[in-house]
Amino acid sequence: MSGFSVTEPGARTKWVAGSLVILYALITMMPLVWIMLTGFKSPADAISYPPKVIFDPTLEGYVNLFTTRTRQTDEFLAANPPETWYEEIVRQYDMVIAGPSKFGERFLNSVIIGFGSTFLSVFLGTLAAYAFSRFRIPLADDLLFFILSTRMMPPIAVAIPIFLMYRELGLSDTHLGMILLYTAVNISLAVWLLKSFIDGIPTEYEEAALIDGYTRFQAFYKVVLPQAATGIASTAIFCLIFAWNEYAFAVLLTSGTAQTAPPFIPTIIGVGGLDWPAVAAGATIFLLPVMIFTVALRKHLLRGITFGAVRK
Amino acid sequence: MTQAPITRAAEATPPTVARKIRGLSDRAIAWIFVGPTIFLLLAINIFPLIWTINLSFTNFRANRPNREVEYVGLRNYERILTDTDIWLNMQATAHFLFWTILLQVLIGFALAYLINKKFKGNDLWTTIIVLPMMLSPAVVGNFWKFLYQPQIGLFNYIIAFFTGRDPSSFEMLGQVTLAPWSIVIVDTWMWTPFVMLICLAGLRSIPDYIYEAAEIDRASKWRQFWTITVPMVMPFLMLAVLFRGIENFKMFDLVVQLTGGGPGSTTELTSINLKREAFEKWRTGYASAYAIILFVTVFGLASIYVKALNKVKER
Repeated sequence: MSGFSVTEPGARTKWVAGSLVILYALITMMPLVWIMLTGFKSPADAISYPPKVIFDPTLEGYVNLFTTRTRQTDEFLAANPPETWYEEIVRQYDMVIAGPSKFGERFLNSVIIGFGSTFLSVFLGTLAAYAFSRFRIPLADDLLFFILSTRMMPPIAVAIPIFLMYRELGLSDTHLGMILLYTAVNISLAVWLLKSFIDGIPTEYEEAALIDGYTRFQAFYKVVLPQAATGIASTAIFCLIFAWNEYAFAVLLTSGTAQTAPPFIPTIIGVGGLDWPAVAAGATIFLLPVMIFTVALRKHLLRGITFGAVRK
Repeated sequence: MTQAPITRAAEATPPTVARKIRGLSDRAIAWIFVGPTIFLLLAINIFPLIWTINLSFTNFRANRPNREVEYVGLRNYERILTDTDIWLNMQATAHFLFWTILLQVLIGFALAYLINKKFKGNDLWTTIIVLPMMLSPAVVGNFWKFLYQPQIGLFNYIIAFFTGRDPSSFEMLGQVTLAPWSIVIVDTWMWTPFVMLICLAGLRSIPDYIYEAAEIDRASKWRQFWTITVPMVMPFLMLAVLFRGIENFKMFDLVVQLTGGGPGSTTELTSINLKREAFEKWRTGYASAYAIILFVTVFGLASIYVKALNKVKER
């Protein structure tokens, strides 16, 4: 039906509502924009008063983030002229690059643990969700509630025995240990989200496939999985974001080889105090993928967040 | 339908793997599919919980594994419940919970209400508003610490710009009176979008015909708001409060990075206090009892709340 509708807001209402929301959005973006700008400032510009909006951009923060540096004597510096642009940046402070910093490793750990645990939770979650959706499982409701209730425990409370358990099993500070732990945390959400997606797929398709001679397993693999693909993808995004952002377990259970970026970034320290441009550069590199993801996949993500509330 | 064509068709399908699995009943497949998930949850959630309960009756210290462990009965619980410092942590947590939830509900609902006016480009702006809640709380806490710096921080500069005060005259993170508010501000900045999204789902679930009927009855917009919009969104809003309540009761990463619990212990929320007991003072048995008390508190409060919520839904 076209034409006048009493529920459609007037043009002026829309204008006022739009301006207020945009104003809030701009205020909310300020800290994020500021941290990205700070990543391109020199340490002096980063701590200047009043705060500088216009400044000479430099990659110093990024160079400092990825390298370790040492101070050298004038003779040494004169004898070894800088060969690369990043070496040149460091030379302004009479320093030379001594080697790569640990940021690259920590970032890689975040990637490995994030994707590893996401794959495992979505894989196990899909199987469990399919079973809960299609088969009659004794005590299914109790099991589902049990699966969800594990999310209510404070991470620190769980961390005490896991710390002890991992120490016994040799899983402390290992990628496998962290992948298993994040999978255990994520799987409850994965099962609930995926079950709702699979519930939405009519059973007739599978029944037809079964009659055509597919085994139950084939029917699951060839008929249900392709139809659940969108649901699986958006569940995967949620699992990935959780694992990517997690801090409490990471800071308590890892210290070196398997440490992820969130506990590492705040520990970046420059010469003579906190190196804010380097910290900001690290935060930018770490947060930007999530932001781009969010904007690109907003349709699926926003639906997923409200899912829990709308569903029950 | 007869069995024969199915069997014949099945024999016509070549894969050998399928043949092996064909023998499995649906029941077996169900357990194979659910089994790994249940096993993982038992190993990494339930077993640790039982272990924590067990530890809570001992004087075990994780940094001295060779020391003999004694069972001390309920002494850990007794000590925690009579400790006045822990009540201070509880108060700090309550302050944090109350103000973050109040602010997030007010701002979140208002934003959802405005976005629901369906102005042009509203979905893009919604996404931008949602960005903070997608980010790592620890990293967010760390860079807010930069914004809160007394002389150089952007936050202090902006407040000073609008109030005319000297930007180095107040320290958001360093003053006992301001620190509890500094964590409320960041949490509100970060999680208002969550409440907003749930309210938006609630607003969009209200069918147009209800407003049309009200319009025909010549109910004023004001009246429509209080008799249709608010009651219809209430169950959603209450769920949002439940989720935020549970999450903020567990709050650790953001606040640890911002204030570390200080100054003094003004922002030492229970989770931070628990971490101190467990992983700095290494009083494992005591901390286990503490963890159980917190866990029971969350569970108890959440169940009471869910009961109330169901009553609202029934209406």
